Amino acid sequence: MSNSFLEIIDLTKRFGDILALDRVNLKIEKSEIFSLLGSSGCGKSTLLRIIAGFEKPDQGKILLEGNDITNLPPYIRPLNIMFQNYALFPHLNVTNNIKFGLKEESFSKQEINNRVNEILNLLELNGLEERKVNEISGGQQQRVALARCLVKKPKLLLLDEPLAALDKQLRIQTQFELINLQNKLGITFIIVTHDQEEAISLSDRMAIMQNGEILQVGNPVEIYEKPKNTYIANFIGTANIFHILNKDNQIIIEELNYEIKNINNNKNFNKCLIRPEKINIKKIENQSDNSNVGIVKEVAYLGSYTKYLIEVNGIQFYSFMQNSLVSDNLQIKWDDKVEFKFNDSSIFWFND
Amino acid sequence: MIHQYFGLMIRYLKKQNFWFVFTPYFWLILFFFIPLALIFKISISVSEWGMPPYRDLFSLSEEGFKIDSTLSNYLFIFSDPFYIRSYLNSLSLAFTSTILCLVIGYPIAFYVAKSQANIRIILLVLLIIPFWTSFLLRVYAWKVLLQGSGIINSILIHLGFITEPISMLHNHYAVILGVVYTYLPFMILPLYGYLVKFDLNLIDAANDLGAKPVNTFLKVILPLSLPGIIAGSMLVFIPVVGEFVIPEMLGGSDKLYFGKIIWDEFFVNRDWPVASALAMSGIVILIFPIVIFQLMYAKYNFKNE
Repeated sequence: MSNSFLEIIDLTKRFGDILALDRVNLKIEKSEIFSLLGSSGCGKSTLLRIIAGFEKPDQGKILLEGNDITNLPPYIRPLNIMFQNYALFPHLNVTNNIKFGLKEESFSKQEINNRVNEILNLLELNGLEERKVNEISGGQQQRVALARCLVKKPKLLLLDEPLAALDKQLRIQTQFELINLQNKLGITFIIVTHDQEEAISLSDRMAIMQNGEILQVGNPVEIYEKPKNTYIANFIGTANIFHILNKDNQIIIEELNYEIKNINNNKNFNKCLIRPEKINIKKIENQSDNSNVGIVKEVAYLGSYTKYLIEVNGIQFYSFMQNSLVSDNLQIKWDDKVEFKFNDSSIFWFND
Repeated sequence: MIHQYFGLMIRYLKKQNFWFVFTPYFWLILFFFIPLALIFKISISVSEWGMPPYRDLFSLSEEGFKIDSTLSNYLFIFSDPFYIRSYLNSLSLAFTSTILCLVIGYPIAFYVAKSQANIRIILLVLLIIPFWTSFLLRVYAWKVLLQGSGIINSILIHLGFITEPISMLHNHYAVILGVVYTYLPFMILPLYGYLVKFDLNLIDAANDLGAKPVNTFLKVILPLSLPGIIAGSMLVFIPVVGEFVIPEMLGGSDKLYFGKIIWDEFFVNRDWPVASALAMSGIVILIFPIVIFQLMYAKYNFKNE
């Protein structure tokens, strides 16, 4: 018997010929923000809907605090979901939307009012009580949707693309608010998102999904720095992936013809990842005998950093340089010859 | 220059606007208010033998201009419980059939609205297909089905459930059956119009917040489909109050209906003034519930705009 907060065991779901979830196993701990990340159609929403109880799995079990909730209808499960389009009741005002879930339980009027006031304060919705839900802004609607769930004091809150409907400015602000709120309340959050930046900045841990399978589970640093395969490496951030050649006693990055020294590749990894920010480039004026030389094919100035696309032996890769030394960096232009450098310890090896 | 052009444009728009707004009113005046005024005129005329079978309201003779009007037609119909009873019969028929149409039509509309787009089109066509056949023929078909030697009786006798044919025709149940059958699409289509826009996430949301299916229906689905229910109910209730073909074909002598009484007064008794007074009274009495319904409906729509 394990003591994980939420345990998903061998969950399988088919829609006709499509295998939406393929023996998914997942353990989620209490009070963590867990993200399910993947492109559309990867099964993350199906998984969320099964946890919420809207869909029944074909196989597998869901245990919440050790109790099997697989066959409980959604109205009995001690968890709530915030929908991507919020699904606020258009015929009710803000207060009545928030009260809706409380009225379904046997609370006294006093208790209901106390809880509603508490949540209105917490989410700064005072003054909007009597407003119709389609008379308030998108950000306010999002907070009402959140309030409607949190007022029920759920053990687990599911959030389906919680920030997708907000504009960018508001999204970043709301991200921090969500984290603060979660810290304050200690409720376990499961967030479904297709936005990798959102997942990285929100999550304690995350799962990467593809074709109904979970590819990797880990904290954002692990996922970013140590992706299990090429798909994950490319899905999270920008990835430079090279092939490894093991020749005699030499370990060579095939594309760059670069020999890595002082490292033992005894596991025979065949690929490696070097994140663009770990590759430094420097303009070279005159012809030198240094072999690590490439030609700049693209320059994209992005404010805090600049993206360079470097070509070596017909292979292209990215280098991101912080713009802390503006005068130096700005000198690098298209078709410039540059010398590139990276620390051998920043190379991540994997088999794919 | 710009100023002039602007003024011209405004004048053009105003002109456009006038005709745009006036056209439906013109239609309404020509085909609704004028006939209504004519009926009102006849309803306060004095009945007499002749063609038309009433005296002219206004006459100009050697004695001068004379108005020959009377309220006696109205006094007559309100003093005779026969007419009042027939009106109540019609209201009760309209009420019963509206409720039945709602109870039968709501699940159908919900099912159609929530089925997949390609199936939905087929179902909608199936709903509309009966309109391609004459309404009279469809009601007559029921007569054939229900009569003593009809299919239903034959099958029941054949299967041995009964030995003698049951008399299913010429009573008010047959009328209700015919009315519900005929008017069901008028209930389903407006309901469908509202339910098809219904966000299914709201049902999930209500369930998730702890509402059992019954409460989800009562607190979320029903209130949000109320405009459709009102629209459908009005489309059924109002015409059924004046319905006279179905009672004529399927009904018997157990209950007399208002529409049929008006018909008989016009064409059997040839008492146009009394028939007109009946028609006018019917309209006036019906106007109040319609106005209340419309106000409710408008308020509801406004609230959810």
